[in-house]
Amino acid sequence: MNMMLRTKLDPNKRSLLNRIHCDGPLLLGLLVLMAVGLVTIYSAGGQDWQLIDRQLVRLGLAMGVMLVVAQIPTLAYQKLSIYFYVVGVAMLVAVIIFGDIGKGAQRWLDLGVLRFQPSEIMKLAVPMVVAWYISQFNLPPKLRHILIGFILVGIPTLLIAQQPDLGTSLLIASSGVFALFLAGMSWRFIGAIALSVSVFSPIMWHFLMKDYQKQRVLTFLNPESDPLGSGYHIIQSQIAIGSGGAEGKGWLQGTQSQLEFLPERHTDFIFAVFSEEFGFWGVVGLLAIYTFIVIRGMIIANRAQDAFSKILAGSITLTFFVYVFVNMGMVSGILPVVGVPLPLVSYGGTSMVTLLAGFGMLMAIATQKRLLSR
Amino acid sequence: MARPRVTIKDHTAEANLFARRTVIAMLVIFTMIAMVLSNLYYLQITRFEDYQTRSNGNRIKILPVAPNRGLIYDRNGILLAENRPVFNLEVIPEKVENLEKTLGLLSVLLDIDEDEVTDFYREIKRNRRFKPVSLRKRLTPEEVALFSANQHKFPGVSVEARLTRHYPYGKTLTHVLGYVSKINKRDLQKLSEAGLEANYAATHDIGKLGVEKYHEDILHGQVGYQEVEVNNQGRIIRTLNFNPPVPGQDIVLNIDLALQQEAEKIMDGDKGTVVMLDSNNGGVLAMFSSPSYDPNLFVHGISSKNYNRLLNSKGRPLINRATQGQYPPASTIKPHLALVGLEQKIVTPETRIFDNGKYRLKNVEHVWRDWKTWGHGWVDLTSAIEQSCDIYFYDLAYRLGIDKISDNMFEFGFGDYTGIDLHEESDANMPSRGWKRARFNQPWYIGDTIPVGIGQSYWTVTPIQLVQSVTTLMNHGRRFIPQIMRGKYQDKEVVLEGSKERRPLDVKNIKNWDIVLDAMYGVVNRKTGTARKAFIDTPYVSAGKSGTAQLVAIAQDAKYDADSLAENLRDNAMYVGFAPYEKPEVAVTVVLENAGGGSSQAAPLARKMMDKYFAGREFTPRPEIQEPSKSQDVALHSSAHNH
Repeated sequence: MNMMLRTKLDPNKRSLLNRIHCDGPLLLGLLVLMAVGLVTIYSAGGQDWQLIDRQLVRLGLAMGVMLVVAQIPTLAYQKLSIYFYVVGVAMLVAVIIFGDIGKGAQRWLDLGVLRFQPSEIMKLAVPMVVAWYISQFNLPPKLRHILIGFILVGIPTLLIAQQPDLGTSLLIASSGVFALFLAGMSWRFIGAIALSVSVFSPIMWHFLMKDYQKQRVLTFLNPESDPLGSGYHIIQSQIAIGSGGAEGKGWLQGTQSQLEFLPERHTDFIFAVFSEEFGFWGVVGLLAIYTFIVIRGMIIANRAQDAFSKILAGSITLTFFVYVFVNMGMVSGILPVVGVPLPLVSYGGTSMVTLLAGFGMLMAIATQKRLLSR
Repeated sequence: MARPRVTIKDHTAEANLFARRTVIAMLVIFTMIAMVLSNLYYLQITRFEDYQTRSNGNRIKILPVAPNRGLIYDRNGILLAENRPVFNLEVIPEKVENLEKTLGLLSVLLDIDEDEVTDFYREIKRNRRFKPVSLRKRLTPEEVALFSANQHKFPGVSVEARLTRHYPYGKTLTHVLGYVSKINKRDLQKLSEAGLEANYAATHDIGKLGVEKYHEDILHGQVGYQEVEVNNQGRIIRTLNFNPPVPGQDIVLNIDLALQQEAEKIMDGDKGTVVMLDSNNGGVLAMFSSPSYDPNLFVHGISSKNYNRLLNSKGRPLINRATQGQYPPASTIKPHLALVGLEQKIVTPETRIFDNGKYRLKNVEHVWRDWKTWGHGWVDLTSAIEQSCDIYFYDLAYRLGIDKISDNMFEFGFGDYTGIDLHEESDANMPSRGWKRARFNQPWYIGDTIPVGIGQSYWTVTPIQLVQSVTTLMNHGRRFIPQIMRGKYQDKEVVLEGSKERRPLDVKNIKNWDIVLDAMYGVVNRKTGTARKAFIDTPYVSAGKSGTAQLVAIAQDAKYDADSLAENLRDNAMYVGFAPYEKPEVAVTVVLENAGGGSSQAAPLARKMMDKYFAGREFTPRPEIQEPSKSQDVALHSSAHNH
């Protein structure tokens, strides 16, 4: 907070952070989260320093990407959005044709040297292209523009959904929808969408969802129905969280995680480990950090001077929160298990790089506004 | 593609719009955070105790710990049944990724043959999930080392050490000790009926035969418990609490290993049995049933091939002849009948009859013959026992009648269980009117009674009954129950069980008993005694009675086998005796199936047992042979009177 105040009071003094295009409060929030993540991974991974080493390397790399992204002028993003988007969609199509099958889903594209998921690109490309498209017009946007915006969101969403990767496709769709919402999409239209979703859901259930996806939803609705099969994860996770109580069992003392009853404990289910060891008050603290980051992101968005920056920053921030919410929701049993990591706390994943690239854009928007003074 | 920018943008309006939307978004976000937090509050605060219990239930397991089985010693403290650590190669099939490949590699490493693999697969089917199955039993130390060095290649496979029973003297004590073997479904059912299931939760073996079975409750001990923390694989991480098992009590038997080994030696693999009792308390000093077999085979699970070999063996080794063999007692029970005759005042010591080798009844054509074709001439009770005169006892049986014989012999323990501490016991058969009616639906004929006088005609006894009945004679009616167990170890001290007795027999005139015992003395020591030759020049003075049973082998479910018919029809040789005569210490019986005459075949073996027992003992110089006290004139008087 101190740093936030100083930037406010002293707009002309260019600190070191400003010179490297870093937003202090945001960076602080991210660093604290990463530290929490490392501490929890150490416990969840059975005190394996190798995991910590690898996570540090990954964090370093992602931070590097963030810093690089932060240096690029926002104007460049605005101009490159459409190309970024087109390349991304092309790669999604390529995945369908040439992609590797990993864990029963076709998500990976092998470029010889590089092997990556094009859906990661879309996590940024979708809010960028929507922000780019919609900011060309006077806001609030007209119905026609909203519809085109939805088409831009819909194409990659459907491509990813059929890989199948329902979780990611929904997150990408929501990032685009957030952009449209922030741009001022009319409430009537929002009401219409809500209605159509409720109509569309049963159709999706019957025609679009694969059996394993249906199973996840069914298990979510009643985990005890299959305590040793697919309900096992949710039950063990809830036991871990619940047995943590108000104050937690203490760091490295979580029996559910230390004795390996928890599945995916240093990746997707790390929140359960955290809850078990640090208790309810620990969780309140963790949520406070996330909330701080979200608030800071929204402040940056509101301070941004052009519509593109505002919408992009807002969309990235809100999507970030959705990640947090979906992960915590699934681990604690109020959402189905969809395989979303807890941002910056969970171990590994290509998503870390994408996530910090997004924060790099936020940093760029936060620190470059003076360069674009009217 | 996109249209050019709209010339005038109202930045302030757009900023306001965006700000409003931000506020709405933040409200939604706070609502979602509230949802997450309220759910966590519910899990962590409201339902904390519930989840804490479930978490502990996950991690804490109560593991039963088997008690060590009590050891078994002979009366001199020689270990007869011990617990040895055995290393088994065990596999948890569910934890092995590629079972076939793993078995292949293990087969090469430890030279495991196909039979073992076949048995292993069969065992898997019977086994519960996630329970180890033995692939190779009793690994050698070399194999243990070899596997340990390669263990990392075989997840789900491990060497497990367990204490298992071992009988160092093998077949010498099989019918006494019995053996332990893996608890099977039937055992489990019995245990649960007895409410003992929990106590056997960790126990692998249970007594199946002999002392191991009879004294299972003493030997087993009390199960212990270990409270352990386990991981999701069920692997024990640490012990939280340990409530140690109470080991089974060590027991001491009355058996004297040296005598038992002597019994085995003298039987020399022939069919038959030797039993020696301490005549002053019924303790079983030796009990050997021949042929025998190695009980250790059963401990580790006998192969069906080996089991069938034992089951179908002509020698029928699985039967304990001492307690389950049913033999016609033949002449060995003449002293008992004589006593009944005296006590019932049917005969007097002076009663004489003339034996010309034949016995007839009025109006009956059948002739019963003496074993001595030309007869014994004039005999009284004493000489009839000494010479084993059959005619005298045909007549005695006739005069007593089946009812008196039956009732009194039942009192002696014939036709009844002796109560020895073995479950493998037969009550044999003491015939009676009621028995014949029930068994054959026929009346009892007078002709049935006559051969009862010489221990034939439906009458069967077990060797343990026979030797017990002789101790009853010696002790003037006190009836000791034969006991294999002598006592228990308690704090390194042997606490003796003490003798167990049945209600003693009525003694009408103690002199009658002494007359009969004196006759048994005569059998061994006097000129005409049938067992004189066998016991010549013994340093101790003994008494006894021989018997030669015409007839078949053991009756109990014996299969008719034409090839061995001739041998099976040979007489059983029997002998029962005790020593020293003046102050008896031991009683011994020997039964040799299809061996011929009791005095010539069985008596010498009984002597060997006694020689062994008294070896190294000093005896006062042998007294002169005593002639019967009532002597000639009484007999003459009697004969005059009779005339």
